[in-house]
Amino acid sequence: MAQISIDRLVLGTPLPTLLLQRHDGLDTIRNANALARDIFGTEIVDKPLFKVLRDAQIFDMLDRVFDTQTNQTCRFQRDVARSTMYYDATAIWMGPDQAVVQFTDLTDLETANQMRRDFVSNVSHELKTPLAALMGFIETLLGPARPDPVAQERFLKIMNQEAQRMNRLVSDLLSLSRVEETQRMRPTKTVCLNDILTSSLEVLQPTAQTNNVQITTQGLDQRVCILGDWDQLVQVFVNLMENAIKYGGPDNTVVLTLVGSVYEQTLRKTCAIVRVKDHGPGIDAVHLPRLAERFYRVDDHRDRKTGGTGLGLAIVKHIATRHRGRMVVQSQRGQGAEFSIILPLAAEINGELVSSS
Amino acid sequence: MVNNHIASAFDRDLDKIQAQIMKMGGLVETAIRDAATAYELRDLDLAAKVRANDKTIDQIEETINDECSKLIALRAPTAIDLRLVLSVFKVSSNLERIGDYAKNMAKRTIVLEGLANSHDRRLGLKRLAREVELMLKDALDAYVNRDLDLARDVIARDMDIDQMYNALFREFLTYMMEDPRNITPCMHLHFMAKNLERMGDHVTTIAEQVVFLVTGQRDEDERDKGDMTSSDPEMSKTSKG
Repeated sequence: MAQISIDRLVLGTPLPTLLLQRHDGLDTIRNANALARDIFGTEIVDKPLFKVLRDAQIFDMLDRVFDTQTNQTCRFQRDVARSTMYYDATAIWMGPDQAVVQFTDLTDLETANQMRRDFVSNVSHELKTPLAALMGFIETLLGPARPDPVAQERFLKIMNQEAQRMNRLVSDLLSLSRVEETQRMRPTKTVCLNDILTSSLEVLQPTAQTNNVQITTQGLDQRVCILGDWDQLVQVFVNLMENAIKYGGPDNTVVLTLVGSVYEQTLRKTCAIVRVKDHGPGIDAVHLPRLAERFYRVDDHRDRKTGGTGLGLAIVKHIATRHRGRMVVQSQRGQGAEFSIILPLAAEINGELVSSS
Repeated sequence: MVNNHIASAFDRDLDKIQAQIMKMGGLVETAIRDAATAYELRDLDLAAKVRANDKTIDQIEETINDECSKLIALRAPTAIDLRLVLSVFKVSSNLERIGDYAKNMAKRTIVLEGLANSHDRRLGLKRLAREVELMLKDALDAYVNRDLDLARDVIARDMDIDQMYNALFREFLTYMMEDPRNITPCMHLHFMAKNLERMGDHVTTIAEQVVFLVTGQRDEDERDKGDMTSSDPEMSKTSKG
């Protein structure tokens, strides 16, 4: 094939594609289409391959291609900005000194697998730790501590805590699965956010008092209605305010703000916003994108002490999504953290329903 | 290469040893990743593969050393070229050591599976392994692109590795104090964590080679040591105390 046709084929292929030239045992990138340049960098043409890629699988595959003069495939992975991309690579022998390499992106498939694996292993670990403690204490109560009422009392208290931790985790798992089940069912009842916030505040009053945290409110005197599920929305705001109380630390203030109606660019709708702001140590930027991941913890030890299950924000995010809304987190180290729940107003959702039916 | 030599075959030779070192680097990156995955998923076949692949890594190191010696003998490189050849020597021997540590992790994974009481807390080691793997990736990227800032970033990140190792050290100590039956598996786990921590030190040396290669000098300031387990008796106490 004439060189110009090969180049046209490489540029026109709808997969990331490289054209390689082997000279004196060294592979150089002769051409690359836009998709390949998206992955490997804009200025890769005429560079030696080793400066762009250093996966041994790829090098071995190319050796096999030129040795056997046949097409070859391999799997390889590559880290981009801390996340891993997975590809299938196919090398086509084009002659004694040329080969074309094409890549198929398998990242979504691999990530889904990884998430399932992590989830199962996390759940079993989280359940097993309190269970192991319970069994240990039961053994002690039946054995050496049988005649010792003081020890019994102490152990029963710890057992109670551990059992409660398991209970919290199981309830969180259940509500997460319930929210997931209803994910595609839009809420149909009209509820008012100001009422929901007021009753969430009542639920949290005892926790706030124990931690000596002052919750101040803004905008709760206005009536703001959306289509929503009362219980789920209460759970959202209780979760968020509970987090703010816990992570903001004692003797601090938490600010709860209700904004009645704002046009939201990202949702292209008029929305209500509920903001929960604490004045604690804040969250490092690296954690922000992963906060709503199940069992993701910013810091193992701190969370254990405060009794979180690692599922709270995952639940919040799911509920917000079910209400066609979004959760936004803003935080900087030392500046506290602000969680915003953006929810489309009732009229807006109705309007959409009418127009779409 | 910006500065072309009159003998273009010389450039080609320099490129070739660098291609070799990058291939070796790729193999070592895979070795760390596979050793961690084998441990996480209890994949003994993968662990066996890591051990077998270490031979390839050792072979490439020898090839690189031969090529470098030949290059010095035939071309008598000077200045930047000499520094490049010297850095290749040093990087390859550090990569070889990292490969050995990965092999050792794989070996211990196989031993751990044979133990009845092996501890199932797998996340900490996995995270440490991932951090080291990313550090090596950046060190090699810095090497191939002569990226001074990235190299210095890698050197600074060794502190994080040390701190993660410290945390694991305390965790394993706690398990061992809880129940003497945990001692054997936790000793193996501790050695795996220590292997990873040592890998971090070798990666740092590679990053220092980048600094040397680009500037012709070594960064003066003494690196902070984050591993306190050997110098601070407080570290050996646990919350269980």
